Amino acid sequence: MNFYSFRPASLDRDHPLNVWDILAALLILGLLAAFALGARNAGASLDQLQRSPITLDPLALPEYAARTTLRMFAAMTISFAFTLVYATIAAKNRRAELILIPLLDILQSVPILGFLTFTVVFFMQLFPGRVLGAECAAVFAIFTSQAWNMTFSLYQSLKTVPGDLREATRSFRLSPLQTFWTLELPFAAPGLVWNAMISMSGGWFFIVAAEAITVGDTTITLPGIGSYVALAIQQQDLGAIGYAIVAMLLVIFLYDQLLFRPIVAWADKFRIDQTAASLPPSSWVLDLFRRTRGLRLLVTPIASLVRACAIIRLPWRKPSRPHTGVVRTRSGDAIFAASIGLFALASLYALYRSFGEGLSLEDVSLAFRLALVTLIRVIVLIVLASLIWVPIGVWIGLRPRMATLVQPIAQFLAAFPANIAFPAAVYLIVSHQGDPDIWLSPLIILGTQWYILFNVIAGTLALPGDLKDAATSLQLSGWTWWRRIIIPGILPHYVTGAITASGGSWNASIVAEVASWGDTRLTANGLGAYIAQATESGDYARVMLGIAMMSAFVVVFNRLVWRPLYDRAARHAVTG
Amino acid sequence: MDEATPIIELSRISRSFPRSRGNDLLVLEDVDLTLRQDEIVGLLGRSGSGKSTLLRIIAGLIEPSSGSAKCRGERIDGPPKGVSLVFQSFALFPWLTVLENVELGMEALGVAKPERRKRSLAAIDLIGLDGFESAYPKELSGGMRQRVGFARALVVHPDLLLMDEPFSALDVLTAETLRTDLIDLWMDRKLPIRAILMVTHNIEEAVLLCDRILVFSSNPGRVAAEIKVNLPHPRNRLHPAFRKLVDSIYARMTQREAPRPARADALATNGVGLKLDHISTNVLSGLIEAVAGEPYHGQADLPALAGALQLEADEMFHIAESLQMLRFAELKEGDLELLDAGKRFAQMETDARKRLFGEHLLRHVPLAGLIRRVLDERPSHTAPAARFRNELEDYMSESYAEETLDTVISWGRYGELFAYDEQAEMFSLDNPV
Repeated sequence: MNFYSFRPASLDRDHPLNVWDILAALLILGLLAAFALGARNAGASLDQLQRSPITLDPLALPEYAARTTLRMFAAMTISFAFTLVYATIAAKNRRAELILIPLLDILQSVPILGFLTFTVVFFMQLFPGRVLGAECAAVFAIFTSQAWNMTFSLYQSLKTVPGDLREATRSFRLSPLQTFWTLELPFAAPGLVWNAMISMSGGWFFIVAAEAITVGDTTITLPGIGSYVALAIQQQDLGAIGYAIVAMLLVIFLYDQLLFRPIVAWADKFRIDQTAASLPPSSWVLDLFRRTRGLRLLVTPIASLVRACAIIRLPWRKPSRPHTGVVRTRSGDAIFAASIGLFALASLYALYRSFGEGLSLEDVSLAFRLALVTLIRVIVLIVLASLIWVPIGVWIGLRPRMATLVQPIAQFLAAFPANIAFPAAVYLIVSHQGDPDIWLSPLIILGTQWYILFNVIAGTLALPGDLKDAATSLQLSGWTWWRRIIIPGILPHYVTGAITASGGSWNASIVAEVASWGDTRLTANGLGAYIAQATESGDYARVMLGIAMMSAFVVVFNRLVWRPLYDRAARHAVTG
Repeated sequence: MDEATPIIELSRISRSFPRSRGNDLLVLEDVDLTLRQDEIVGLLGRSGSGKSTLLRIIAGLIEPSSGSAKCRGERIDGPPKGVSLVFQSFALFPWLTVLENVELGMEALGVAKPERRKRSLAAIDLIGLDGFESAYPKELSGGMRQRVGFARALVVHPDLLLMDEPFSALDVLTAETLRTDLIDLWMDRKLPIRAILMVTHNIEEAVLLCDRILVFSSNPGRVAAEIKVNLPHPRNRLHPAFRKLVDSIYARMTQREAPRPARADALATNGVGLKLDHISTNVLSGLIEAVAGEPYHGQADLPALAGALQLEADEMFHIAESLQMLRFAELKEGDLELLDAGKRFAQMETDARKRLFGEHLLRHVPLAGLIRRVLDERPSHTAPAARFRNELEDYMSESYAEETLDTVISWGRYGELFAYDEQAEMFSLDNPV
């Protein structure tokens, strides 16, 4: 059984909110502002965009699905390239690390759907009047949902390469590049592949949101499943929504079976610790490849090419030894910190000039109050989801055979973009005249609750059999059993799942707090709705404010609540 | 290649590591070493004697802080050509097969594939790994894994083979088989190497394999003695000359050394800066009982005792020295002799033992005394662990400070001198009632 427990990278670092975080936040907001400023002048060119007419004909769905998938893979490729460069620099350069890692942490917390506004318009301006701009924007949106956790994963792996293996490569005089290919990347592979898979799942959610987007009075529609769903909502066609759901399920099933499962099973050989009492992940596709001579012949040249790359020796690099007794150049550090600080100040100034003047304190206080409403919504839903999924997860986890059956289903559900199913919920709310403030709320956790289930199952499975036996032999039962054995036993896993779920929920609130069905529009109070409405009316200042507020809430909540909780849970954990 | 040039020449090598607070930590001081062809040299010492650091300086993985290190007459600047390393933890790449692991070093050097394959298979054959070529390391036992480690090091035909405690991660039988195989190949001149330098803390292993043994003292590491072993191979562990040599090295390593200048500051603060080895009180009691009982009656020969209790020499030293520090026993020329308190301790019931242990801890371990004094003086009767940790870090590395603190906590708990809350990291005087 191979229940990985997904672990948000921000948990792995134990530094309190410090000055680098604030600098990082300023830099990111500054970058967004630059996007927005570029976007402001670009309104006119948007009208020139050819709208490709979308049809609700189910026969068009395969093509839409293929286009959507293609965008996904384009984004995945970019994410990988970004990961390799960014993580390597962060891991190898001490000064760069100081700012790059907080940057990443903040980027993870910025609501990606808020980005869309700026990036769409920015890319449209880069390629005025051409579909390419919109395509780039969509791919970029997915990229921003995929890259960060992959980068964190690689960074973490690079920092934790076992010392003896590192010494071995050095004593064999491998060049830095050879070391990267033969040691660092293989060591990072399992984590990277797993995170890529998680990213892919998250990506479906955002592509559906990114294909049909309205900014100000411009609507951009790219042919794809997302646009198909958007049109179906507009025309109140419940049948078409059903087709889209089926198409999506098929796509996810195929990519899971044909691509990711084989890669995960293959990457398992790079795992260092072989101690986990679990069956290695398996894949029938991989087995097919391994056992079939013809298919293997197909792959062998690629494999040897990769291996050849791995041992290329760049003639001008001499194997060096790291300077263990580094003399830290304080003046260099100071110059570095000062220039970062200067950039941050410039960001702050630009932010103020561009947006600050249009906003009053009242706006800030409104955004803050709305953020509190969304915060309450997120907390309540995490609690509700936990009450449902913790007992179920424990029940499944205690039955390994059952867990084997449930695992693929849960992974599958996590990959399914919940926003495709939103219209069905909205339809129900409208037809029963429910209060949107209450009934729209469950939507924000629809897609992310599975992480709680995942992790609870993984945690229960990881409990040593001896402990379970001891509990039985001591005749613990009922509440004592939960309170003394299960809850402390699975807590680190549970917290990990809950933090992922809560992060995803913030993001989802932007699409979930405002939902439409034809002409009917449901709006809940909350920061997500605030950002969504500001986006629609092209009010960049308020979008910026909303994004900044949400990022701040997520970061502070992570640091003040989740991380201490995790540290506490992990301190006495039997299993990590 | 000039045969007369020593393979390795070290002179006045020192190495210190920077610490986050305060002064650098000196781990090696003024070490000279010359290694010539056709000899096996052992670096023997306790943990913390810097012998692994020295090995890594020779391997070109660590730079010395001062002194000169030469390999074949050239300054060592990065891993030198013709030097291979065998690791305690094997350091095999789990995603490469046995053959691929062995080929790795030659791949890095750009050796052509047919040549690579030929030499790898020869090395695999030599080291007794035939039939395992396509296996992954996780499929192999520890002994087989270390054979891969040897094959990987030998395949590049190094002049010098460096071994960092190569047998200490293996069980007793496997380790002995590997040692015998290695020395047989060496004696038959089948190994494509000219000299071996090995780090070990196992005295018998050093005497069994080496032509010359450098005994290291600790804190900072220095060469305390150089011992030539003139016994012919294969050596018999039970031969009187062998035993005599082992006994004499034991005696030398348990000699109480005169306070050295580097530790003067530690002694100036009444010994608070003494490092404690984390030995469980159960082990301490167990050793007292063992020495008090048959056949030792209060006095035991350390090598024999270590053999009977299946303890490594290094572990034995730690336990014996802890007992000596607590004044339950005394080390004399390779013997452990119980003092009166130790003999009484052996006869006592649990509660009385704990009281006696507590008294000795308070009296003879300055750190325990300090903690108790601080707790008594403060009105709240609590004190954060950080207060003592900081003080310890003035005298030793962070990891040693942590170990010392852990030790005093567990000893203090056993002796019921104080209580400790691990979550809050606070010492206190209250005991759960």
